[in-house]
Amino acid sequence: MVKKKIGVIINPVAGMGGRVGLKGSDGAEILQRARKLGAKPEAATRSIEALKVVAEQEGQVEVLTYPGEMGADACRAAGLSVTVIGSICSGETTAEDTRRAANDMAAAGVDLILFAGGDGTARVLLDVVGLQVPVIGIPAGVKIHSAVYALSPRRAGEAATEFLQRDSVKTREVEVMDIDEDAFRKGEVNARLYGYLSVPDTRRYLQSVKTGGIRSEQATLKGMVEALIQDMEKDCYYIIGPGTTTRAIMEGLDLDNTLLGVDVVRNFELIANDVSENQLLEIVGGGRAKIVVTAIGGQGHILGRGNHQLSPGLIRKVGKENLIVFATKEKLASLSGRPLLVDTGDQQLNAELSGYVKVMTGKRDFVVSKVGF
Amino acid sequence: MARNPQTLLRDYHAARWDEEMIMDLGEPGERGVKVPVAESEITSRVGDASSLVPTQLLRRTPPALPEVSQPRVNKHYTRLSQETMGSNVGNDIGQGTCTMKYNPVSQLHVATRHPGMTELHPLQDESTLQGILEMYYKLQEMLKETSGMDAVSLQSCGGGQAIYANASVVRAYHESRGDHQRDEVITTLLSHPANAAAPATAGYKVVTLMPTESGIPDMDALKAALSERTAAVFITNPEDTGVFNGDIDKLVQAAHDVGALCVYDMANANGLLGITRAREAGFDLCHYNAHKTFSTPHGSMGPALGAQCVTKELEPFLPKPIVCFDGERYSLKYDCPHSIGKIRSFIGNASLVCMAYTWIMNHGADGLREVAEVSVINNNYLYEKLKDIPGLTVYFAEGRRRLEQIRYSWDPLFAETGVGSDHIRARMVDYGVQSFFASHHVGRHEEEPLADQIVSEAMTPEPCESFSKDDIDEYAAVMAQISKEAYETPELVKTAPHNSSIHNVPIPFMEDIVTQAGTWRLYKKAKNLD
Repeated sequence: MVKKKIGVIINPVAGMGGRVGLKGSDGAEILQRARKLGAKPEAATRSIEALKVVAEQEGQVEVLTYPGEMGADACRAAGLSVTVIGSICSGETTAEDTRRAANDMAAAGVDLILFAGGDGTARVLLDVVGLQVPVIGIPAGVKIHSAVYALSPRRAGEAATEFLQRDSVKTREVEVMDIDEDAFRKGEVNARLYGYLSVPDTRRYLQSVKTGGIRSEQATLKGMVEALIQDMEKDCYYIIGPGTTTRAIMEGLDLDNTLLGVDVVRNFELIANDVSENQLLEIVGGGRAKIVVTAIGGQGHILGRGNHQLSPGLIRKVGKENLIVFATKEKLASLSGRPLLVDTGDQQLNAELSGYVKVMTGKRDFVVSKVGF
Repeated sequence: MARNPQTLLRDYHAARWDEEMIMDLGEPGERGVKVPVAESEITSRVGDASSLVPTQLLRRTPPALPEVSQPRVNKHYTRLSQETMGSNVGNDIGQGTCTMKYNPVSQLHVATRHPGMTELHPLQDESTLQGILEMYYKLQEMLKETSGMDAVSLQSCGGGQAIYANASVVRAYHESRGDHQRDEVITTLLSHPANAAAPATAGYKVVTLMPTESGIPDMDALKAALSERTAAVFITNPEDTGVFNGDIDKLVQAAHDVGALCVYDMANANGLLGITRAREAGFDLCHYNAHKTFSTPHGSMGPALGAQCVTKELEPFLPKPIVCFDGERYSLKYDCPHSIGKIRSFIGNASLVCMAYTWIMNHGADGLREVAEVSVINNNYLYEKLKDIPGLTVYFAEGRRRLEQIRYSWDPLFAETGVGSDHIRARMVDYGVQSFFASHHVGRHEEEPLADQIVSEAMTPEPCESFSKDDIDEYAAVMAQISKEAYETPELVKTAPHNSSIHNVPIPFMEDIVTQAGTWRLYKKAKNLD
C-alpha cells in the first residue's frame, strides 16, 4: 500500500467567540473583544483529540503541517511525527495563514486535509482547494453549519483513519455554509451556501447540513409551545437556548428574543436577552432554573453547537434533570437513528448527560432519544 | 394483450370510460327496485306508512336521489372499478400492512344475501337472535384460542376503535385500583400510528421510542421511559419493518415491573396465526382487525371489525353488551357495572362477525397456521426476487428474516436517477399492477409530496397467503422493469402513468376541498350548477 500523505491545519482562534456569547470569531476586532472577555483557545485541545486517533496509524501515514499552534504543536502532543512546512507569526495568525497553509498542502500533493475550525475556516478551504483535495473538518468553531465537519473531534479522527486505511475511498461533495456574523449578532440568520468541498463518503461520521423546517412542523411547534408555557413553574428561571424551535417559545410568550443567543424568562416575563455564561450564572444565582434547548437538525447536537453560553458550570448548577430538550419529530427523524449529541467541552459532564432523554415533541407528546458524545 | 411469458409483463391499458357521476345517469322515473304497495290488510291495521312519521320530521321536498335501473348501477360501479383498478381487477400485493387477502365470494353471500342475515333486526328479541349470537360467541371462543386471552369483545367497529377501547380498559383498570397517577402511554415509532393516536385521543400523554438499527425497539430506551406514570405500552410486533421482536416477553416484563399493562396490536396477525400468541409473551390485552387477518373486506373507512382480547383480570372492563352462553341459550349481558360502557349501537357489525366466523370455520385450526406459514414464505420469496434489483434497499436488521411484510426503500434509486417511490407507484399501473403502499409514517411537503419520516422513498408490499407464485413473480418482474427504466429512461417513469384511465393527479389538487367535492350538493356548488 502506498503511504498516504495527510495535511493538518488548525485555525487556532476558532471557537473563541462562543463561550463569551459573541456568536463567532471571524475578524480581528471580534477576536480582541473575545480575548478581553476571557475567551481561551480551544481548537488545539479538540484537534489533539482527533489527532490521537490518527496517531494510531503511525508509520503508515506521512503528516504535513504548519508550525506552532497551526498544527505542529497539536500533532506532537498527540504523538504524531510531522513534517513542518511554511512559517507563521505565532500568536497573530489570521485567515491568510490558513489560506497559505491550504495552498502549500495542496501543492505538496496531500491525499487529505484534516483541519480544525468553524464555518469561516471551511470557507477558506473552499476558496483554496475546492474539490481538488478531500477534507475532513474537526469541529472547533462557534458556527458549525457546514456538513464538512465530523460529529465530534473523535469522529473526525476516525473518518480520517478510515480514509487512510483504504486503497480507494469514495468521496462526496458537501455543502459549505456560513451565516453573516454581523447579521447573526443582530438576530437574523440566513445560512448561505458558499460552495462544496469533497469529503470521504463516511456518512455516519460527518454532519448533515442543518435541515430547514417543513410546513407541518409549524403546527406541531405551536402545540408544543402552548404545552411548555402551560407547564412553566412559578419563580423558576427558564433559560431559552438559541434556534428557531426555541424562539417559538419566546414568540408564544410575546417576548423579545435572540435567535442565536440565550434569553432568560421568569414568571412569563423577560429577564434578559442574549446573555453570556457569566451573566447566566449571575442571574440564576441560587434560584431554580430550567434550560430549554433544541437539537440541531441533521446533526443532533443539543449542547456545544451555537450555545456555548450554556457552559458545563451552568449545566451542573441547574442540574441535568432540569434540561428540557424541545424538538419536533421531523427534526429527530432527520438524524436517521443517530443519537442526540452533547459536546460541552467537559468530558465528565458529557458522560453524565449521556443515556436517554425524553424529548418534548408535541403537546402531551414525547420521544425517548439516546444521547451520546 | 396477453402477458409476455418471458418477461411476465403485460402490455396493459386501463379502461377509460370517463364515467359520469351517478347523479348524471338515468332518466326521470327510472327505477332499480319497485317497492310493492302495502297489502290492504296491513294498511287497514296500521294506516298509511307516512302517517306514522310526525309531520315535523317529514321532508318538504323529496331527496335528490339518483334514478337508475339495476343494469345501469351494475355497469356504473364495474366501470369505476375498472378505471381505478379495483381489488378484483389488479394484483394488490403492494398494499402492505393492510393484508389484502382474497375475500371468498361465498362468505360475502352468506353475510349479505342469506335471509338468515338479511332479515335480522337488532331490536328483535334475544330468543330470535340465537343464530347470530352463536356466531358471536363461537368467534369469541376462537379468538380466545388464537390469542391465548381469557375474554373477547366484538363490539369495536374498526382497529382504531379497538385500540381506543383498549386504552379505556387500561384506564378503568388502573382507576379501579385507586391508581390515578398513570397518565403516560409508551409506544414505538414503527408501531401502527393508531397505537399513539388512539391513547392520545383517550387522554394519555404519549412517549414514543425511536427504532434502532436492528429494527426492534431499544430495551434501554424503554427502561428509561418506564415509570410509575406509565399506564401501558401499546406495541405492534412485528412492527412495520416485518422484523419479529424475539425479546417481546422481556419488554412486557419490564413494563409489568413498574405496574404498567401491555397491549399488543395484532391488527395484522397474518404472520403469527397458530405460531405465537399474545398470551405467551405476557400481554394483558390485544386486538385483531378482522378485516385484515380474518378476511372481511376492507370497506373504505368501514364497516370493519376490531376484536378486543383481554385477560381474566381485565374482563369486567370490556365494553357491553357481553355475549354469553349458559350451555343452552345465548344471551346479551348488559349488567356490567365495571364496563367501559357501550361503544357502538346495537351489537356492532354483525355481518363482519359472520364473515370472520365463516372464514375461520372454512380454514380450521391447521388452516390458520398454514395461512401464517404461506404468508411468511411468500414474503421471503418476494424478498429474494427483489433484493438484487438495482436501486432498492432494505433498512434495519440487515440479513434478518422477516415475517409477513418488509419495508423497502428506493433511496439509492432516487439518489442515482431522481426517480423516487412516488414515480414508481405511478408507473406500476401501466403494467396492470396496483400502486404500492409507501408507509404509515408519511409527511408531506411541497417538493416531495410523499416524504417518509423514517424510511425515505418507502415501499411496503405484503404478499399474503392469497397470492400465487405467479402473482409474486409478476410483481417482482414489474419492479425490476421499472428500476431498469429509471436508469435508462428516467423521464418515462417520472411522467407516468401513460396507460391509465387518467394521468397523475397532483396532491394539492386532490386536497382542494372545493374541487374535490365530497357530496353532490358541494359538487353542484363547486361547478356552479345551481
